Amino acid sequence: MSGGKPINPRGTKYEKVEFPVFEFPVVGKARYSYTTGEALGRFLAGLKEGKILGTYCAGCGRVFVPPRIYCSYCFKEVDGWLEAKDEGVVVTAVMSYISATRARLERPVAVGVIKLDVPGRQFDDHFFPGIMHYICGATEDDVKSMRIFGARVKAKWKRPEQRTGSITDIECFEVVRP
Amino acid sequence: MTNRNLNFKHRVAVVGAGLTLFRSRMLETPQELAWLAAKQALDEAGLTLKDIDCVVIGSAPDAFDGVHMKGEYLAEGAGGIHKPTIRVFVGGATGVFVPIAAWWHVASGLCKRVLAVAEEKMSHAAKPHTQYVFRYIWDPVVEKPLNPNLIWIFAMEMHRYMHKCGVKKEDIALVSVKNKRNACGHPSAQLCMPNITVDDVLKSEVLVWPVQLLDISPTSDGAAAVVLASEEEARRITDTPVWIKGIGWTLDTTHWTNRDLAYPEYVRRAAEMAYRMAGIDNPRKQIDVAEPYDPFDYKELHHMEGLGLAKKCEAPILTREGVTQRDGDLPINPSGGLLGVGNPIAAAGLMKVAEIFWQVRGEAGERQVKKPVYTGLAQAWGDLMQAGTVIVMGI
Ligand SMILES: [Zn+2]
Repeated sequence: MSGGKPINPRGTKYEKVEFPVFEFPVVGKARYSYTTGEALGRFLAGLKEGKILGTYCAGCGRVFVPPRIYCSYCFKEVDGWLEAKDEGVVVTAVMSYISATRARLERPVAVGVIKLDVPGRQFDDHFFPGIMHYICGATEDDVKSMRIFGARVKAKWKRPEQRTGSITDIECFEVVRP
Repeated sequence: MTNRNLNFKHRVAVVGAGLTLFRSRMLETPQELAWLAAKQALDEAGLTLKDIDCVVIGSAPDAFDGVHMKGEYLAEGAGGIHKPTIRVFVGGATGVFVPIAAWWHVASGLCKRVLAVAEEKMSHAAKPHTQYVFRYIWDPVVEKPLNPNLIWIFAMEMHRYMHKCGVKKEDIALVSVKNKRNACGHPSAQLCMPNITVDDVLKSEVLVWPVQLLDISPTSDGAAAVVLASEEEARRITDTPVWIKGIGWTLDTTHWTNRDLAYPEYVRRAAEMAYRMAGIDNPRKQIDVAEPYDPFDYKELHHMEGLGLAKKCEAPILTREGVTQRDGDLPINPSGGLLGVGNPIAAAGLMKVAEIFWQVRGEAGERQVKKPVYTGLAQAWGDLMQAGTVIVMGI
């Protein structure tokens, strides 16, 4: 074809119908059952109470949301806990037209990374408290035009009795219209 | 011997490379694919398995092939039986990590001739979709409950890059067009598209805006292999060894929501390590051809900037000006890359190393770049915007 290497690479392309395949579920009906760990355990308990908790390192000044029990940069224990506000700005956002299994969604959903406010602290673009979540109140055009970048958003919480101590205790981050 | 930041005993050369076809679905088992590529690499080097001291295997998540202990499983087809054999794994960055690990086997003096094999069979993970396997990459506590699709994270990185650098989708689509056209010169290629246009990319199915179907490499089955040898052995095996001049690899944190995604720090640090060792201080001038990792079209641009082959936000401009074409001043992904040749994850990264090997030897046929090649670079990236692996090779 090209006169170049590799010469005659081998292998047999096939369509599903041409040869038998042997199908098995991943591991029967097995399911993983993940522990939260110390830091995320407390973080999730905070969500149940409508609070977004983080940890901080006095050595380098970093704030960790989601929290860690250690500063991986100074490699020492964090110096304590703090509460981030349940609002912040969108640093990136996208519009998903597919589900986790790649099926087409009936309506696209916006999702992004939110840089959270922490009273009395400033963060640059290189390291900041931030989480991924759904963004509600953003149109397709808001995302495609990139107007959503830098937009202020605020957590839309589930009602207290509906919360289970999960990241989904926040339904989404809602765009704050001025 | 130039030795700028690491202590090692032996210079190391690549002396042979082999590939299978890359296709969305192949009849061969993972072991058979590994064997086909390994045998071709040995044949090209004029060696047999008896000549091989140690074997290094690379493969990405076990979940694709659906076989646990994939290194042990692949060992037979990869020539690793009754030899010191290991499997290495750094997600998508694995393919370039395989020759890096093979390098230290030889550089340390432990082994003289090493067979390095990478394999992936994504088609086994058939239901509900190959992509579903990627859900195990997300954090199980704070991310997985949101039911993410892995393309989300790439779309977020791509959009952040577009926002920060003012890049248009039209400019990014040029990468996909270039690579899918380049692939027509590659005998292993899965997606040769000689007539593809920017318009085709922009009109393809929108998956997660700004990512569309033709912005992404396909899922693939395939294998690749290279043979490495110490200086003394390499000179005995061939008149045209291709030296490994620099290697680098780094990891960033899995906490990707705490970092700026506009610039790939994980690649910059790996490149700096490799450049220090290779004595490169001006990569834009000293690298003649490069194969940066391109599972998505924007990733080629992003990685060019991380590698210092373009200034920040400059890669789209170089692309638009034709600098990165095969006949350009800085040919990028002349193989056709993952976008064109295909993306059997670990094998795709090693395919890039094989391409640089053949480009340096002037054996790439119609893919051979126009300018003379003294030094080339291959790079891969993986995990949650995390892993960077870089190799610099040359005469
Ligand atoms: Zn610290």
